[in-house]
Amino acid sequence: MEKDHSKLERIALRIRRAIIEMTHAAKSGHPGGSLSSVEILTALYFAIMRIDPERPDWEDRDRFVLSKGHASPALYATLALRGYFPEETLFGFRRIDSMLQGHPDMKGTPGVEMSTGSLGLGFSAACGMALAARLDNRDCRVYTLIGDGEAQEGIIWEASMAAAHYRLDNLTAFLDHNGLQIDGPNEEVMSVEPLAAKWKAFGWEVLQVDGHSFGQIMDAVAKAKAVKGRPTMIIAETTKGKGVSFMENAAGWHGKAPGDQERDAALKELEVVCCEC
Amino acid sequence: MSANIATRDAYGKALVDLGRQNRDIVVLDADLSTSTKTALFAKEFPDRFFNMGIAEQNLMGTAAGLAASGKIPFASTFAIFATGRAFEPIRNAIAYPKLNVKIAATHAGLTVGEDGASHQCLEDIAVMRAVPNMTIMCPADGVETEAVVRAAAAYKGPVYIRLGRAKVPMVYSEESCSFEWGKGITLREGSDVTIIATGIMVSMALEAAEDLVSGGISARVIDMHTIKPIDRELIVKAALETGAVVTAEEHSVIGGLGSAVAEVLGETVPVPVIRVGVEDTFGESGTAEELLIKYGLTPGCIMQAAEKAVKIKLP
Repeated sequence: MEKDHSKLERIALRIRRAIIEMTHAAKSGHPGGSLSSVEILTALYFAIMRIDPERPDWEDRDRFVLSKGHASPALYATLALRGYFPEETLFGFRRIDSMLQGHPDMKGTPGVEMSTGSLGLGFSAACGMALAARLDNRDCRVYTLIGDGEAQEGIIWEASMAAAHYRLDNLTAFLDHNGLQIDGPNEEVMSVEPLAAKWKAFGWEVLQVDGHSFGQIMDAVAKAKAVKGRPTMIIAETTKGKGVSFMENAAGWHGKAPGDQERDAALKELEVVCCEC
Repeated sequence: MSANIATRDAYGKALVDLGRQNRDIVVLDADLSTSTKTALFAKEFPDRFFNMGIAEQNLMGTAAGLAASGKIPFASTFAIFATGRAFEPIRNAIAYPKLNVKIAATHAGLTVGEDGASHQCLEDIAVMRAVPNMTIMCPADGVETEAVVRAAAAYKGPVYIRLGRAKVPMVYSEESCSFEWGKGITLREGSDVTIIATGIMVSMALEAAEDLVSGGISARVIDMHTIKPIDRELIVKAALETGAVVTAEEHSVIGGLGSAVAEVLGETVPVPVIRVGVEDTFGESGTAEELLIKYGLTPGCIMQAAEKAVKIKLP
């Protein structure tokens, strides 16, 4: 039974537009991997997580750590639309004296749970947060998002071992499997497959979803919540640059900002049809 | 308790006391808990102890996450693995967001002994000193270690605590330790030269000062237990009043206490600063005692440095 996700879809579209506007204005940033993670972030912040933007330090909140910190435009746009800070702030992205640093800074930005950008560290910190929640008998959950290239970092496997060892069933990780990294396709740079088998072998529950389907993402999270005694890895099949035809599946758009014409072309493709959201 | 013990032993005991007083204290180790003495805490508080296995990067990353959720993690392993292998997680996941993690590293310096150069960390103060938001403590004996551990737990932010493997002579009794965060302790007054020492070199500095008396040199001795932030005021005062300075540390002469003192004085009261420490070289296997002699970390070496400093100081 297919539920109506039109509201989430409209939010996702606005986040995509903001990603294009922000990276264009900043003349730098990472649109490709931001666009691929939009549905995951939208689902988490607008449908799944127990959060209160008015109280970003609420102890019983669910936590999200963007371990692939270069997707900061997607996170910032999501946080702004969710009400953590004004949308105008987004235009300061990557500028001097702005609270929106190139990569997330937990000290400066409301709603950012961990300073990330150096790959693998956020995933490890998310394990620490899950441990802390369990120590305090809090029923809050910890979510994190890593990239597929990020799976090449050694600390990812150190942390995966530890999360299974400590049976962190309050931890749910997403892997944004868009298949591309800076230097090209994963399998050309450094093979990461078989990802599902790897995490299964490490003792995780592994689920695979279409990372652009709200229904599949939310079903998977519901399943992850029911898993006892082990963490869950949701491998989300995604398209890098999703939503902008000329950015889709192009490694070149990993860390390149759109120019004026490219911005206009991208925004045209991302027209908001209905403005009630 | 005033027997000669290693600072790591004092650390292990202090952690247990701390654990009893504060349930937010959690301890992480990387398969070295019997050596770092966190095993004592693990035995008493198994629910608050996490062995992360031989995975130092994740040790620091997990500690960061625990701190971000309000815990006060003490993360322990040998100094070389803490500040070497896990340097970047410490920098980016702990220091940059100023998270409340205490990195208590044992087996610092040459006195690791027989394990040799791979395990003798002589660069940790230098690398930790260069990281913003990091603070560095290096206690001289067991009593001061307890004070340092308590102070570190009370301070909100990252602390690097440098501890040793070998037994060290007692410098303080429980009553005589007037430890204050960030304030060096003047252990002996003197007017011709000041010896600023840290860690196991403090007791040697006191010995050297005693031996200098017969040669007519009056040496002041300062225990600089906090290396960052360094007690600029006390260093400047000592330089003004004695006109020459010797530093002593079980660390490379590059980037450690000696550098910190020279940096302060170069910008304020430029007096001679002679650094006693390991020259720009790796260590090797041997007993702690043999290594200290071979690499120039003895009261005699401090004495010679003091004589040299007095000789070259301006009239």
